[in-house]
Amino acid sequence: MMAAEEKTLVEILEEHNPIDLAKYINYVSAPQAGAIATFSGTTRDTFEGKVVLELRYEAYTPMAIRYLKSICSSARSSWNLHSIAVAHRLGPVPVGETSVFIAISSVHRIDALDACKYVIDELKATVPIWKKEVLANGEVWKENSEFLERRLELGKKDGDCCGKKVEAEVHDKKGCCGTKVKVNEEGIANNSTGHEGSGEVE
Amino acid sequence: MDTMEANIKTETVDNTIEGNKGSSITIKVLFFARARDLTGLNEMPLEVSSGSSANDCLNNLVARFPSLEEIRGCIVLALNEEYTTESTIVKDDDELAIIPPISGG
Repeated sequence: MMAAEEKTLVEILEEHNPIDLAKYINYVSAPQAGAIATFSGTTRDTFEGKVVLELRYEAYTPMAIRYLKSICSSARSSWNLHSIAVAHRLGPVPVGETSVFIAISSVHRIDALDACKYVIDELKATVPIWKKEVLANGEVWKENSEFLERRLELGKKDGDCCGKKVEAEVHDKKGCCGTKVKVNEEGIANNSTGHEGSGEVE
Repeated sequence: MDTMEANIKTETVDNTIEGNKGSSITIKVLFFARARDLTGLNEMPLEVSSGSSANDCLNNLVARFPSLEEIRGCIVLALNEEYTTESTIVKDDDELAIIPPISGG
């Protein structure tokens, strides 16, 4: 049975447009839905002890929208959801402001809560959006560990990661960058520190 | 040595290994984030031999922009807004995106 009012909203906001959280909460609200779960990703003021001035986002917008819609569809097939809203900002996002917002409604809370986690996890792993961390003395492109872990499935590629900036936690998979780590068959041959995320600054 | 040399109007400087078997096709290449930093371009047209793979296109790009080698190991490719493998054959007017590790959210 398809709920006639089942709605999905995906928005990528152009620069300098703050996310209006209430708008998306209102969008997913419904008399039948007893639960609204939300996730808000905000810019932190430090990363590994370094002061972050702001984050700057860019996207491959048509593909990002396509993949966000696909994630919403997947969420619907796994959980019993009423409405879904996902918004991501582009451009500069100062400390404390929201860059990504997800609101999901469902009859019972377990569905909305679980789906909310799923959507942000999938977004971080697959949606072509990038952020640059602006520090006092440089800028660094960030890399999501969720993507690095999934990369080989996405592009079905083999190989190590790029040289500069940001590493992910290395589990068994190759997939770290940043400090020019060389991962041989087992273990790490050459590693300076166990950084997670960006540690290097130009 | 071809006496028919005059017929061959090579508009492409660096063509793929296949050579000019027949037609060339033109795709649009998009560069994002670090890839754009390295090439200085948001996008560019790329002419390759018909039947070229995404990998052939990437080789072509790395030849034009050697600095791309730095990230070659960690990028993924998207063809017409979907992630793709390097062995996929590109067609005329396709859109190939060079996607460095993402960091949304």
